[in-house]
Amino acid sequence: MSEEKQKRIALIASKGTLDMAYPPLILATTGVAMDMDAGIFFTFYGLDIINKHKYSSLKVPPLANPAMPNPVPGVPVPNIVGALPGMTMVATAMMKSWMGKANVATIPKLIESCQKAGVRMIACQMTMDVMGTDKADLIDGIEVGGAATFLDFAADSDISLFI
Amino acid sequence: MSVTADKTVDCKGLSCPEPILHTKMAMNELSSGQVLEVLATDPGSVNDMDAWSKRTGNPMLDKIEKDGVFQFFLKKA
Repeated sequence: MSEEKQKRIALIASKGTLDMAYPPLILATTGVAMDMDAGIFFTFYGLDIINKHKYSSLKVPPLANPAMPNPVPGVPVPNIVGALPGMTMVATAMMKSWMGKANVATIPKLIESCQKAGVRMIACQMTMDVMGTDKADLIDGIEVGGAATFLDFAADSDISLFI
Repeated sequence: MSVTADKTVDCKGLSCPEPILHTKMAMNELSSGQVLEVLATDPGSVNDMDAWSKRTGNPMLDKIEKDGVFQFFLKKA
């Protein structure tokens, strides 16, 4: 590693559901732990991952997700049940219970790890305007920028993923 | 073979990516040549620790599995 140029990982987080908030945060923190330089561009619903009013209550969508494990093994639940009122809360509570059992870190804890590790976190200005998100709604240490800011960072990256 | 560790980090019960993050933080506190012992129960950590060792250049001296606990010995480069 010493003589080599430092590797860089550039990620785009575009989803605001609990399950999709994990991959960018896990990859960025692990990247830094592996001596890489890591950055995440938060855009559209992905802004919720760094919204201090929302990031501890991200939810799991029960609709159109046939991979969702059944609450009672062997008893399939028709997908349309996910459309009933309150099912998002039920699916989210189920997922959080499984994650608790597997001892998976929470989103706020992973965000804290990102901040400590020095992950570069950029909020997309254009989508902040669209979604009515103010800089004051975001957690501390977030940069605000646009496509050019991300591309400038990503142009020198070795790994780039859209999540 | 027996390796003596200068520091131990207990990651038993923790899931990805925590064992790697704790390993990195603990390694930062060691000096070159010192040995870090990592304890983990996450089966994914077996491959992850090898990958981390290779990528960061801190050699894996030994790894032992006993009663579902993985023990890794990493030497600070």
